[in-house]
Amino acid sequence: MTDIPQPGATPVERPAPKGDSLLVTDARTKRRNRAERRFKAYGIAALGVGMAFLVALLWAILSNGLTAFTQSYVQLDVPLLEEKLDKDGDRDPAKIAKVSTFGYAPLIEAGLVDLVEKTRVETELAPKALTKILSSSAAAQLRDRVLANPDLIGQTVSVELLASSRVDGYLKGRVSRASLARDKNLDAEHLDLIDAWRDAGLVEKRFNWDFITGADASDSRPEQAGIGVAMLGSLFMMLVVLILSLPIGVAASIYLEEFAPQNRLTDMIEVNISNLAAVPSIVFGILGLAVFIQFMHLPQSAPLVGGLVLTLMTLPTIIISTRAALKAVPPSIRNAALGVGASKMQAVTHHVLPLAMPGILTGTILGLAQALGETAPLLLIGMVGYIATNYPDGVAEGFLAPNSAMPAQIYEWAKRADPAFYERAWGGIIVLLVFLLAMNLIAVLLRRRFERRW
Amino acid sequence: MSFVKLTASSAALIAATAGFATAQSRDNVQVAGSSTVLPYASIVAEAFGENFDFPTPVVESGGSSAGLARFCEGVGENTIDIANASRAIREGEVESCAANGVNEIIEVRIGYDGIVFASDIDGETFAFTPADWYQALAAEIPQDGAMVANPNASWADVNAELPDQEILAFIPGTKHGTREVFEEKVLLAGCEETGAYEQILEINGGDEDAAEAACMETRTDGVSVDIDGDYTETLARIEANPQGIGVFGLSFYENNTDSLQVATMSGVEPSTETIASGEYPVSRPLYFYIKKAHLGVIPGLQEFAEFFVADEIAGPDGPLSAYGLVADPELAATQEAVANGTTMDAM
Repeated sequence: MTDIPQPGATPVERPAPKGDSLLVTDARTKRRNRAERRFKAYGIAALGVGMAFLVALLWAILSNGLTAFTQSYVQLDVPLLEEKLDKDGDRDPAKIAKVSTFGYAPLIEAGLVDLVEKTRVETELAPKALTKILSSSAAAQLRDRVLANPDLIGQTVSVELLASSRVDGYLKGRVSRASLARDKNLDAEHLDLIDAWRDAGLVEKRFNWDFITGADASDSRPEQAGIGVAMLGSLFMMLVVLILSLPIGVAASIYLEEFAPQNRLTDMIEVNISNLAAVPSIVFGILGLAVFIQFMHLPQSAPLVGGLVLTLMTLPTIIISTRAALKAVPPSIRNAALGVGASKMQAVTHHVLPLAMPGILTGTILGLAQALGETAPLLLIGMVGYIATNYPDGVAEGFLAPNSAMPAQIYEWAKRADPAFYERAWGGIIVLLVFLLAMNLIAVLLRRRFERRW
Repeated sequence: MSFVKLTASSAALIAATAGFATAQSRDNVQVAGSSTVLPYASIVAEAFGENFDFPTPVVESGGSSAGLARFCEGVGENTIDIANASRAIREGEVESCAANGVNEIIEVRIGYDGIVFASDIDGETFAFTPADWYQALAAEIPQDGAMVANPNASWADVNAELPDQEILAFIPGTKHGTREVFEEKVLLAGCEETGAYEQILEINGGDEDAAEAACMETRTDGVSVDIDGDYTETLARIEANPQGIGVFGLSFYENNTDSLQVATMSGVEPSTETIASGEYPVSRPLYFYIKKAHLGVIPGLQEFAEFFVADEIAGPDGPLSAYGLVADPELAATQEAVANGTTMDAM
């Protein structure tokens, strides 16, 4: 107690401390602090670079792709002349179906000439050249309508037809008069017509559901192409992956984690599973081609085969994440269950598996998301090309009829000649990203909602 | 579960899937091959799907050689029906086809395609001759009785009338049918034009095969870049490197006139007219090959083939022509051959 200074007493003069004060930082500490600040700054810089890339990527995707969701349409009155479509006048559907889309082209031409006269626009374009304004799908659109309702023949119908990709590009600002100078697909004179018709409300740009729900189109009509059928292809593939890889993956992991003895064989299996997870996906594509198509004679370009190949690719991922989830369940729970007399299977199915489920599902969803974005193996089993053109009729067809997948469709569009497909490739990326984000969101929610910590 | 049981059950599962699938017969036409023919085939396939009750054929790309290799894998529903090619089928391919049971092949020429040389729209304008290309790209050229490594670095070194611009060419890779045409109609033609062919013959002692090979060998010092992808990749390379000159199909160029300018060849500008008349020297026929054994088995195959070469599709006013194909003046003969199913041996 003598250490406590008495009030009023003069403080005892002490010799200066040998080292520096804790309150004054010495050069060495300063250096260390500086190094620490630098270290933190490196981290922040790395994060900043990453964020900058992300922003640039999103900006590129959105600025290039959002225009794919709108499309230009032309309102046109087309005279469905009886002498062209139904010469005998008996409305026999078989005879009407004999008139090919080429038979409808003159009708559309006549409709365009009428429209030019009605809107009183001066133009030097020949009637045949006028059709360059419309998509070449216009004739098919009209024909489908007549086949669905033969009574329309003889009337003049008002139809909304897709504008050609160049006209659409002009309305979106991608095509200018200068760039058309050497383009044989459209002339600047067409644009004068478009300007006049736009002011009259006959040409308009609006949201394009067909891009989300439609089928792929050939190289000559990018304006018609949609990602809907490829989306279905992806859906059926994901179903195959889910149905096969979840039970197989979970069963394999439960066996390895809970039942398998620790010996050389199981060690080897474990090492192989980890290695398989790192195998490039194209390898699975070659395997799929050799086993599923050439050996088992499954059909080419079928989502079933795509799903099988992607299952092989996803299985290791699911097994690894499932085993991690099972490992995270504390042994005390198993021991308690066994202690009250549960069999090993009961301990697993009643206690361990429910507790591990959030982790398993998260792993599965992330594995599916990875499979959804995969293109390389699909190249080899015939799912890349001009394929996603027909809606599958029915579920069995959905698995077996030729189809593409979303990433394969995007790749296909990106390599086509017409610049209008480029825009659609970016638009397809947006759709794909929405799917991936949704799946990741579900994974995050599952984890948040059900995960337990011990 | 024992391993035996495990294997047995998985084998049963696989067999069940296989049976389920093969019970279903294929009702669509499968096409694969040349990426040059792909746009035309997809246009025809689309129109075919619109006008017939058959499902739209499936068209894949991958290159002429890859397509023909798949075509020759054999006969049956899990092999393709039609191979697209931007060159004629080779002797060796016919043999490998025959070895796998694909004996009867129908060759269909759909028209002609021009190969054009295009550069960045804001760059210099070029007027080439095949000789310029040979001297620019050959790996070795004869000089004073000996083969020396190609010393030319600028187009002006090759031909004083060309702009003084560093030589950089993006040419199709060897898996493309376009490459073969480029070698024969440009490099070899240029080699003969400059007289280099004769000199090489003198140097190597009259070995014609070796001389031709020497004419067509391209340099490997980074001046000549092989593009294995599609024309889109070539275009991207030129956009990144405006000094470069790329080799394109006419239809690709015509769809991208806002970013490319085309060079003349021997003074002729490429267009459907100059190619049809034969004035423009670098063009090649486009083909597709049908497996005759599949006719009548795969529904719609015969109709698709006939529709492909019909006047309203492949004729001068058809959609293929509008896209850039040069219509074949002998289309009528082709139509007849397709209708009769005339195979290659019978011709």
